[in-house]
Amino acid sequence: MRIRALAVRIIRQFVRDKRTLALLFLAPLLVLTLMNFVFNGQTVKPDIGAASLPAAVEAKLEQAGADVTTYPSKNVADQQLKAGSLDAVLSIEAGSLSLLLEGSDPSVNKNVLVVLQKAMQTEGMNAPQLQVSYLHGQEDLSSFDSFGPVLIGFFSFFFVFMLAGVAFLRERTTGTLERLLATPIRRTEVVGGYLAGFGLFTLLQAALIAVYAIYALGMYMDGSIWLVLLMNLLLTLTALTLGTLLSSFATTEFQIIQFIPLVVVPQVFFSGLFNLDAMNPWLQKLSYIMPLYYGADAMRGIMIRGEGFADIQLDIYVLLGFSITFALLNVIALKKQRAI
Amino acid sequence: MSFPSPASSALTAPVVETEGLVRSFGGRTVLDGISLRIERGELFGLLGPSGSGKTTLIKLITGIDRADTGTVLLLGERMPKLSMLQRFGYMAQADALYGELTARENLQFFASLYGLSGIRRSERIQAVMAVVDLLDHLNKPVSAYSGGMKRRLSLAIALLHEPELLVLDEPTVGIDPVLRQSIWKELLALRDNGTTILLTTHVMDEAEKCDRIGLIRDGCLTAVDTPEALKTRSGAQSLEEAFITLGGGERA
Repeated sequence: MRIRALAVRIIRQFVRDKRTLALLFLAPLLVLTLMNFVFNGQTVKPDIGAASLPAAVEAKLEQAGADVTTYPSKNVADQQLKAGSLDAVLSIEAGSLSLLLEGSDPSVNKNVLVVLQKAMQTEGMNAPQLQVSYLHGQEDLSSFDSFGPVLIGFFSFFFVFMLAGVAFLRERTTGTLERLLATPIRRTEVVGGYLAGFGLFTLLQAALIAVYAIYALGMYMDGSIWLVLLMNLLLTLTALTLGTLLSSFATTEFQIIQFIPLVVVPQVFFSGLFNLDAMNPWLQKLSYIMPLYYGADAMRGIMIRGEGFADIQLDIYVLLGFSITFALLNVIALKKQRAI
Repeated sequence: MSFPSPASSALTAPVVETEGLVRSFGGRTVLDGISLRIERGELFGLLGPSGSGKTTLIKLITGIDRADTGTVLLLGERMPKLSMLQRFGYMAQADALYGELTARENLQFFASLYGLSGIRRSERIQAVMAVVDLLDHLNKPVSAYSGGMKRRLSLAIALLHEPELLVLDEPTVGIDPVLRQSIWKELLALRDNGTTILLTTHVMDEAEKCDRIGLIRDGCLTAVDTPEALKTRSGAQSLEEAFITLGGGERA
């Protein structure tokens, strides 16, 4: 009898909580859909720049499944490679084929090499010697080295998001927020106080994760540690402001958890952990609204390609913009708790 | 800017003056035309069953919430107004304390919110903890406090900045009789020292101790008077009977 009573009560609670119900059924569909887009999209054609190649070789590459663009000289092609619009440059130097790979993403490197192999097989035995070199990274750049910078950003983001969300929610559910707002504190001060208090811990956390990954795990690192720390801090700041903002729309810790598949998981897919070239182009544009995309882009740029401040400043401004927007929305959301 | 009410401009301004307050949540009217005056130095009790709108009225008076229609003047100022939050001490229904912190740290936090600092802050902390008889437990984490101690600490926090008005939402709910008596002793002493006190209660014998009480039921103020006058008016022996007679009898 007791078990039945309990079961009935739980079912009733569930049915009344429409959001939990929706999460239970819709969130897995969302995640599955995203994975479908990521893994079952169009086949990826590597972009290969050709400099002073015989037309026959270019045609063979096209046949093997590459997008070949012809450049007048190797220098021009190399510039395109640096700008990120090519995956590799193939040229003939002193009679032997020379392949320069962009190098940041091991899976793309592999893709290029496979296509090239295919093309050379059809060419027959008279294929010239192949020289492979890397613009960034090196031959033994592992997948982890490539994912690493993204993972650093992701974990900082994820845990700060959870922590901030639950902490701000608890402030509300335990009644201390109401008590707090019965003092002459301004709403901006509440948000600012949270930013400052949590900011200290996020700073420490961001530093710890980055330093551990680079020095303890020996992750490939070609840029400035200070820029890595700056980016990680900005990313956690965004997580902090987003977490506290969303907690205004949750009434229990459980509802905070529900934001994970809705807010955090989609960002993982768009963060660069997965190659988005296979995704429908208009879906790819979704990444522009994902804070993690900017953080991951900059982290990869710094750690693998050794980019400096000038290269990542757009990412910095966008993340700052996100943080400021979320913080201001939070100030407005607090109006729900106090009229003034 | 102040908005002195025309009715009171000749007299000393009342501490609280509300006019035709209406507040509804999602189509449900919680307060329906509340007009109320609380004079300086009074101990005023709002008596009513739970769900009658007491807490909502408190939130409108303190400016935490805004009325749909009607006005609230607190110490002559139109509410809600941020600077007025400095002028009263507030004790919420739930003990809003940070359990991980010690009593002293809780007090320091709230004292700072009210702009107290340095020696003055330490003095006030000592003073209010002496009032509620918790001086020996200043450095204990609040999570180790008993329910009654938490209630007293909440009261101490409300007294920190020596407010001229104390707003207490169910100050003695869930408290044993001995402790309730000691809290009431504090409240009466504060009143005698000139502090105006507005509190809510649903306990009849507590209401008896108030200078005046307002009977509130289903969002309407059914009667406002001294406990004695209410009993006389309704011809009832006890405040409880008076409440039932004046409250309109049947429950809505």
